[in-house]
Amino acid sequence: MRRLFLFALLVGLALGLVACGGGEATQAPAAEEARPFRIAVVMPSAINDMAFSQSMYDALVKLQQDMGGPAKLEFVYSENMYVVDDAAAAIRDYASQGYDLVIAHGSQYGSSLQEIAPDFPETSFAWGTTVDTFKEMGIDNVFAYEARSEQGGYVNGVMAALLSQSGVIGVVGPIETGDAKLYIDGFKAGVLATNPDAQVNVNYIGSFSDTALAAEAAKTHIQAGADVMTGTAQMVVGAISVAKDHGVLWFGTQADQSSLAPEIVVANQVYDWTVALKPMVENIQKGVRGGEAYSLTLANGGLTIQYNPAFNLPAEVKDAAQKTIQGIIDGSIQIPVGGE
Amino acid sequence: MESWGNILLGIAASGIRLATPYLYAAMGETLSQRSGVLNLGVEGQMLMGAFAAFYVAYRTGSAGLGLLAAVGVGLLMGLAMAFVSVHLHAEQGISGIGFYLFGLGLSDLLFQKLLGTVDSVQGVPDAHFPLLSDLPVLGELFFRHNWMVYGAYALVPLVWFVLNKTPWGLMIKAAGENPHAADSLGVSIAKVRYATVTLGGVLSALGGASLSIGLLKIFQQNMTSGLGFIAVALVYFGSWRPVGVLLGALLFSLVNALQLWVQVLGLPIPADFAVMAPYVLTIVVLVLVVQRARPPAALTKPFVRE
Repeated sequence: MRRLFLFALLVGLALGLVACGGGEATQAPAAEEARPFRIAVVMPSAINDMAFSQSMYDALVKLQQDMGGPAKLEFVYSENMYVVDDAAAAIRDYASQGYDLVIAHGSQYGSSLQEIAPDFPETSFAWGTTVDTFKEMGIDNVFAYEARSEQGGYVNGVMAALLSQSGVIGVVGPIETGDAKLYIDGFKAGVLATNPDAQVNVNYIGSFSDTALAAEAAKTHIQAGADVMTGTAQMVVGAISVAKDHGVLWFGTQADQSSLAPEIVVANQVYDWTVALKPMVENIQKGVRGGEAYSLTLANGGLTIQYNPAFNLPAEVKDAAQKTIQGIIDGSIQIPVGGE
Repeated sequence: MESWGNILLGIAASGIRLATPYLYAAMGETLSQRSGVLNLGVEGQMLMGAFAAFYVAYRTGSAGLGLLAAVGVGLLMGLAMAFVSVHLHAEQGISGIGFYLFGLGLSDLLFQKLLGTVDSVQGVPDAHFPLLSDLPVLGELFFRHNWMVYGAYALVPLVWFVLNKTPWGLMIKAAGENPHAADSLGVSIAKVRYATVTLGGVLSALGGASLSIGLLKIFQQNMTSGLGFIAVALVYFGSWRPVGVLLGALLFSLVNALQLWVQVLGLPIPADFAVMAPYVLTIVVLVLVVQRARPPAALTKPFVRE
């Protein structure tokens, strides 16, 4: 009996702590005013991962400011939902609590959403990163969003090729799929378009969270002669740390990673999901609950290249980057990877 | 293109580094399992150790104080595990999972409240031995690692010595094999198990610190990413013997380092297969080479005097 009690106590304590780490309301709803728009988001890693989840959190904070504060937009989130079953339960909970928009921020949540969305026809859902809104399956309350991350990848690649002295460039990726693959393919294309003789070594470490392996992959690249590196997903902070130790240049993506290593981060492709979120909110307020897919691109401002002000980037490299951005926007540069 | 010699050197040096956190955690786990307690909370203890070391090193600028903090946190986590599994006779597997979730959640919560964003520290420095570190091949292989790496390898003979050459080792093994007989001879099973489980907590926490302020110099939520569970598996792989555990950790880490190179060299092997290699090979070796060792007879069995 005592054992059972203790077990229950422990599990309860543990779950309580896990829950504390997660969902957190930003502000209690104001009582008298008109009801604010309510968004809930479920994301696979932490809101300060300097990558995928942080980009969504930052966008929601910005959207809240743009819309006029917590009185107009209220949002809650569950982070670290790397277990898809837990994420599915959270999505269902939020939907049944009557949120206007429930965002499943992770391609792995797709099949869960496909099951949940039809049960809540009055609620809007959004799923990213993907272009699939499940419209063909007769589901009409799901929006889709994606980042054309190959575009910023290409721009980063152009700069990387110009900055590399050794002609060897290392890439640390998580799993060869989705957003990571797009970015890396674009990066590679950008390097090779600028310097066809350059060698781009790509390493997929098979994990989104194994920082130690990401660090060791970066060391491997350096040993293979790389003097410029990039990488994507939240475990790359391990690789950035190694790059910093060895004075190897780094290009970031998904969020601004300059603060972690101001001396070696050259530039970051930064996602601004408000470009996708704003039209969703407008649509929902008009009564359209789904069926649209949105893309972040350099042209619509959803993707931007942010240069690290602390890094002394040669003017001709920056010019080349700006020209490349222009080229991608006006269509004169076509990136030889598909937008899926 | 790199010469093959350099590549082999790179693989070996990477493997030696990658094995470090496993060794700390697995040596602690070896001690506690030999005394009859399965501690599945290793991962949680590592995360708490990693955070405590990072936070203190970050605030004070002293890696030494960071290590001390990891020891302190590991001690508390280990004591708590011992209290639950030894004193209260709780089911070990379940309470271990409870401690894992506890460590995962608490380290995450503290990280968000106290730090808020990923940042870096100076951490434990790399070793530099006069002459030795500058040797061409051997220098890179053995004499330029982070100090935490040497600590991990020093633990192996130490744990072997304690288990096989000291009366304390005898008591540990007796507690794990036949606690009733040992008890009738006046060995306090509770004391022995309290000591091993607590020490296990300390070593796991140091394993976490070897990541956060040793090898990586950053902290991120869930940064151990299943490493603690692999450490527990390595104890089984090594048949509860320190040297066997060392060989398992090195094998796993070397193949992991090898697969990184396979991808960097652009060999025509899909990345997914390369990533699988360490796991597949470890299982193959386990089946083909490692003898079917018998676990400590009293492993996972709470001791209740009859």
